[in-house]
Amino acid sequence: MDEYALQLQNISKYFGSVAANRNIDLTLRKGEILSLLGENGSGKTTLMNMISGIYYPDNGRIFVNGEEAHISSPQDAFRYKIGMVHQHFKLIDIFSAAQNIVLGTKGSGLARINEEVKAIAEKYGFEIDPKKKIYDMSVSEKQTVEIVKVLYRGADILILDEPTAVLTPQETEKLFLVMRAMKEDGKSIIIITHKLNEVMAISDRVAVLRKGEYIGCVDTADTDPASLTEMMVGEKITLNISRPEAHAERPLLEIRDLTVNSDEGSHAIEKLNFFIRGGEILGVAGIAGCGQRELCEAIAGLRKIESGGIYHEGESIVGLSPRAISARGVAMSFIPEDRLGMGLAPSMSVTDNMMLKNYQDHGYGIKPLPLSDEDTPEEAKKKNARNRFTEFLNRHCPFVDRKKARAEAERIIKELDIVTPSTETPVRRLSGGNVQKVLLGREILIEPNVLITAYPVRGLDINSSYLIYDILNRQKEAGTGILFIGEDLDVMLALCDKIMVLCHGKMMGVVHAEKTTKEQLGLMMAGALDLEEEKGKPMGVAKDTRIGEDQA
Amino acid sequence: MFTTLIKFLTSAIDFGVIFLFGCAGEILTEKSGHLNLGIPGIMCMGAAGGCLGVKLCYLASPAPNAFLVVLMGILFAMLFAAALGAIYGFLTVSLRSNQNVSGLACTIFGVGFTSFFLNNAVLTEGVVAQLSQAGNNFFDAPLPGADSLGWFGSLFLDHGILVYLAIVIAVIAAVVLRYTKAGLSLRAVGESPATADAVGINVTGYKYIAILIGAAIAGLGGLCYVMDYMGGIVGSTVDQTIQGIGWLCIALVIFAMWKPAFAILGSIVFGALYILYPYLNSILMIIDPDFNLPTMTIPLFDIIPYAVTILVLIATSIVGRRETQPPASLGLSYFREDR
Repeated sequence: MDEYALQLQNISKYFGSVAANRNIDLTLRKGEILSLLGENGSGKTTLMNMISGIYYPDNGRIFVNGEEAHISSPQDAFRYKIGMVHQHFKLIDIFSAAQNIVLGTKGSGLARINEEVKAIAEKYGFEIDPKKKIYDMSVSEKQTVEIVKVLYRGADILILDEPTAVLTPQETEKLFLVMRAMKEDGKSIIIITHKLNEVMAISDRVAVLRKGEYIGCVDTADTDPASLTEMMVGEKITLNISRPEAHAERPLLEIRDLTVNSDEGSHAIEKLNFFIRGGEILGVAGIAGCGQRELCEAIAGLRKIESGGIYHEGESIVGLSPRAISARGVAMSFIPEDRLGMGLAPSMSVTDNMMLKNYQDHGYGIKPLPLSDEDTPEEAKKKNARNRFTEFLNRHCPFVDRKKARAEAERIIKELDIVTPSTETPVRRLSGGNVQKVLLGREILIEPNVLITAYPVRGLDINSSYLIYDILNRQKEAGTGILFIGEDLDVMLALCDKIMVLCHGKMMGVVHAEKTTKEQLGLMMAGALDLEEEKGKPMGVAKDTRIGEDQA
Repeated sequence: MFTTLIKFLTSAIDFGVIFLFGCAGEILTEKSGHLNLGIPGIMCMGAAGGCLGVKLCYLASPAPNAFLVVLMGILFAMLFAAALGAIYGFLTVSLRSNQNVSGLACTIFGVGFTSFFLNNAVLTEGVVAQLSQAGNNFFDAPLPGADSLGWFGSLFLDHGILVYLAIVIAVIAAVVLRYTKAGLSLRAVGESPATADAVGINVTGYKYIAILIGAAIAGLGGLCYVMDYMGGIVGSTVDQTIQGIGWLCIALVIFAMWKPAFAILGSIVFGALYILYPYLNSILMIIDPDFNLPTMTIPLFDIIPYAVTILVLIATSIVGRRETQPPASLGLSYFREDR
């Protein structure tokens, strides 16, 4: 038993009715580096959070060094010498590195900490300035502080949650050197990553999770990226989602060489080219945080672009206000992680949420005077003047038309089968699926010709998901071009006509859903396969483009 | 001229410490990430509790021990204030209700309770004024040498015990926040409770302790106003005056940039501004004996502390240093399993 630093038996964790982890068994040997591999939402971080005391498992047992451990808080984890470096750093910005490291410990005082930090840094080959404030640090320096913080607490088992996601290749190399030094020192390390080449480079063994379940564990020496991908994405599941035939129309929305910055200032989207035709669904596959959010926001006019162009029906929409863009027929329904954060006001009723986007169309309803040929020129002039005045009045009407909004709400509730007590029920009282339908319904209401929808079935059960797919298919048949940012590859393979794969903001290629495989998509998502490089031609530029030479 | 100036500064210190109590208490509370807008009410509670404590001494014996009177005043002021602070803490820490709304509710309650308590109910008006005035002699007793050391004596030694207590508390708060592990942990809780939680700091415990101690300190401000500055006279508008002072204390926290050491200086500045009107008049009368500042300018003087606070806000925003900004999680509730 003692050869294992950590053993998990039958661990499960549920969030509501959703199983994040189901009956997971995992072992970590002493002095090894174990990679934990899996797609988004496969439960890697949840599992690690249970080991580090952020969550408590619903059932199952954890053994540390052969003895059963009950870890119900981060303090407990430290007591068992387990330390986790979270993906989103847990550091206090206005403190210095040393203050962050000593925080919450009972050891030596603030005076001696600088020396001790330097000693740890020297031992493993870190570069760290204990007196530097966190807000002055680069991402990789912050990560160093996080790792030293864990080591300072005497951790023997280190968990690194996607440590390389934010690092440059050079910084990654440095991190790997440090990890090897820690391994030499007898530390056991679990590293979570999506990148197959890094898995092959650093780890001794690889454990794979898929949809909350443990798939298996293999020695790195005995495996290769292709078979790991297979373990990661699994067998193709045939879903009974209909895919109406797409009509080839000229591109509605075209993206050329688009570069968008993330909030941190790095490139979230780099030199992206793609187009959407009317009547087709273009899927966007990629690991979470590969620029999907920034792409949506850029198209909807919510985020400034760095360079490149966005063309709707051949005309540039860069720099237009979000309202002007939506007036052209580009609608966006973005379902963020907390679902209600963007697009709907939770405490307002269904009707009110309908009005949020469409209220500006309402007027007093004053009819213009009819013009006829019998009018004398003077009369016609008078009538025109009055009509201009009433039009002005109508346009600047300060009141909203609740009656019309309520009628619209009723229509959507009926058409999309939304289950709600009334049109005046606050949106937050509806179930998840119904909330999503309200959001999609409102976007469809303005009869868009381009619909951008991100994670529309996130957190929904099967039946609600199928209703959403139906809505999207109906829109597609009506000639709308749909950009579908999704998570589940099986769904995308069944629903979309074409799939574009993003890896860290770069396009890995566009493939026809009928002609591709899950493995191919998985390799592209992990950055191991770049079709653009392979074929040696820029993809994502339509042959029958509507963008003129002078525009591009 | 010089004596007027000394008198002015002495009074500024006497009045400023009332701000200092409220401000130091609020800084401690805000460092834990809780914006306590209940401070005006809590200071009122301190006044009510202090009066009760003093009265109890006089009920027990007609000539009570001076030390006992002061101690009972301080104890009851802190107790009453901490009680209201506990309600605020329960609402915002345990129930995670909105901090602004909870704080305002505490202020309304504290002010109303004090008005009822001091003017009508337990202590009838004449009695409390009389007893408190007797008690005031103990609270306002100067240090030895106040009369014999000239300007030094009147500036530094001619104050009641609460004045020194305020400064000692502010200095201790500054040292604790800056140099101790407890201070570091408290600041971490206010900056990022999730981070503090992850390194094993008891977030809820620190929040409660900071709110309770903060409220108790603020309550001494109310006691100080009634027993020291007003000389033990409880007027019918005492609750309104303390409430006004309480709001200024919250402004002073911004003025002091969340640093107790700056609060000492800031409170004296605020104290000076608060009492500027009568002294300015007497100074100007030295130049022109017939001079009289029109009474309609009084509201203008009331504005000055707020105007100065706005200027400080503008200045710190332009400089934009992270150290002069409020705690990053100020006003936000924390729940570990939030995803």
